[in-house]
Amino acid sequence: MKKSVLFGTLAVAGLMAGAASADTLAEVKARGELNCGVNQGLVGFAAPDANGNWTGFDVAVCKAVAAAVLGDPTKVKYVATSGQTRFTALSSGEVDLLARNTTWTFSRDTDLKLDFVGVNYYDGQGFMVRKDLGVTSAKELDGATVCIQTGTTTELNLADFFKANNMSYQPVTVDSNAEGEQQYIAGACDAYTTDISGLAATRAAFADPDNHVILPEVISKEPLGPAVRHGDSNWGDIVMWTLNALIAAEEYGVTSANVEELAKGTQNPEINRLLGVEGDLGAMIGLDKEWAKHAIMAGGNYGEIFAANIGEATPIGLARGLNAQWTQGGLLYSPPFR
Amino acid sequence: MSSTPDVPNQGFRLSQLVYDTRYRSLTIQTVTLILVLLGFGWLINNTVQNLQDLGKDFNFGFLWNRAGYDIGQLPIPYTNDSTHARAALVGLINTLWVSLLGCAAATVLGIFVGVLRLSHNWLIARLMTVYVEVFRNIPVLLWILISLAVLTEVSPQPRDFKINPETGVAKAEMILFDTVAVTNRYTAIPAGSFTRGIDPIETPLAPISVNFLIVAAIVAASIWANRKLLANATKVQELTGRRPVTWWKSLLILFGPLIAALVVMGFEMHAPELKGFNFSGGTNVSNALVALWLGLTLYTAAFIAEIVRAGIMAISKGQTEAAFALGLRPNRTMKLVVLPQALRVIVPPLISQYLNLTKNSSLAIAVGYADLRATLGGTTLNQTGRELESILLMMLIYLMISLTISGVMNLYNRSVKLKER
Repeated sequence: MKKSVLFGTLAVAGLMAGAASADTLAEVKARGELNCGVNQGLVGFAAPDANGNWTGFDVAVCKAVAAAVLGDPTKVKYVATSGQTRFTALSSGEVDLLARNTTWTFSRDTDLKLDFVGVNYYDGQGFMVRKDLGVTSAKELDGATVCIQTGTTTELNLADFFKANNMSYQPVTVDSNAEGEQQYIAGACDAYTTDISGLAATRAAFADPDNHVILPEVISKEPLGPAVRHGDSNWGDIVMWTLNALIAAEEYGVTSANVEELAKGTQNPEINRLLGVEGDLGAMIGLDKEWAKHAIMAGGNYGEIFAANIGEATPIGLARGLNAQWTQGGLLYSPPFR
Repeated sequence: MSSTPDVPNQGFRLSQLVYDTRYRSLTIQTVTLILVLLGFGWLINNTVQNLQDLGKDFNFGFLWNRAGYDIGQLPIPYTNDSTHARAALVGLINTLWVSLLGCAAATVLGIFVGVLRLSHNWLIARLMTVYVEVFRNIPVLLWILISLAVLTEVSPQPRDFKINPETGVAKAEMILFDTVAVTNRYTAIPAGSFTRGIDPIETPLAPISVNFLIVAAIVAASIWANRKLLANATKVQELTGRRPVTWWKSLLILFGPLIAALVVMGFEMHAPELKGFNFSGGTNVSNALVALWLGLTLYTAAFIAEIVRAGIMAISKGQTEAAFALGLRPNRTMKLVVLPQALRVIVPPLISQYLNLTKNSSLAIAVGYADLRATLGGTTLNQTGRELESILLMMLIYLMISLTISGVMNLYNRSVKLKER
């Protein structure tokens, strides 16, 4: 009897170890729900609204992927992750996809065993200060106290920037954007630093946004994008091409309003292939024919998502800048659907 | 008449392992041991397997890489060019520092409250009861956060100390003859330096201030000499019945050499001054440290107060009555009769409170204090992605700190416990 217990235990151990590396697509389909890691609360990118529904620019990526894979953009379970917990959440399998304004860096892509599948926002790090401080350039911040979120690339950029300009500063580390906001408002730090998009989003939530300025210096490149676990290339492809589909849709003028109409067939073969009218691109990544159509219907194309969540008409008021299509002088460039 | 039938010698059967009381406990222990080992084996196997699947290795080499980030509170020299190991060391020293301050303050406050809670003064006793019940029944994290919130909200920003050129007055003013500035980031206090001092000795760990060592040695020697003087006076008193006058000698011994040394080495104090965004020239005691220290102290003191009260109540009333009968006043009774005996009861649970306080200090990140959890377990872990290594190392360090505190306190306990011969 003791022997059987021993073998039983060994067998269970073997099974558990085996389950750690499985097919994410199959798992998501079986679960009927996509687990998506998002920011705990950054207005415009990922934050629950008054009714508890998650909305935002990063949330839209989750919705598009859920729509592409499951055909329903609402079948997403949002897991709020902090700057500290996000990578563990992804590598442990708690989330299938991390869409949490995360910077694509070499070591994260390689050493942390993540796969960044693209860039959904080209960002850069900046500083926000109170207007009445009279500071007009980040180079005037010598000796300042700076609030900084722990566990982010911005923490390293900050150190590099001050070192390169031979200035000193006093870091105040905070654990979340909310805490940083509170410390900054209370005046416990002179400047708050994070990605400029994040600063704009934070400022939009202030009672007096006009009294704060974002300094002109951009001290780093911060390509923010969705990430998946290393080792499941098919799942990575799905997320990558869902993002590309949104970008390509904007390029070809496919919007949430006309996608139904265009899906009946157009003169443009590229649109036909994208929407599954011609050929079957979906089958190549294990999805159905209309995957891209569903993804676009979830929240519109890239441009629509941008305008609705963080664009100039929203309180966050970000210009397209680098995030315009390549045809408009920006960096967005989807490889061809063929 | 009565005869015990011989137990037939049948040799050892397997069923005896379960049914024979001689062997049963052995069987149970063996099975438990095997199960525990299997459990550990499974955990380790699972970890190794999963690390392999993720393609990650297990090594501590990252500790010697450049850290690249800055730390707010620096007890030893550190720049972003230092290694992760040094960042961890900075965190460790910060942890030890706040724990030490917390344990000391909590002990003093705890004894004070515990004794006062037994006071015959109704109001004082009730006030102390309220203190204990309020502080020990609310999570310590909330006390730490509220301490910081209060410090941040009630005090002015450093730039409020700037004189407004239009009105000619500043929004906030320094206190204690313009030497101390209480701000919402830190309290700037004067710092001392030696103009004719000796240069510090550079060691890989931290520069050692020779000046400080000299002053410390002089103070220690003065105290030792003063005790000799007082002991001598007591001896004379016992012999002759008259105590020689010592107060001026004491003062001279205690302060004479110290002042002389300070003058020779050119000691001076600098008041902090507002330069640019912040105060400089003095020492800035960060609010994060104060908030953490305050939260930990107030919370743990409530527990220590209860331990002290229990210890005092464990001493039989007869002891107090006997002391009163001898004409001792309540204060002296407490100091000379009750507390020395109560310590035997107090010290063992006190050790647990010290351990708790030290471990609770890992909540420091909530207020941005750079303790071990914030450096090694926070930024380093995040920047390197070495979760397993960082967490294991951190657990090991906390374990060592706790065992050290336990060991030292157990030694102390041995010295105060009832000597039985």
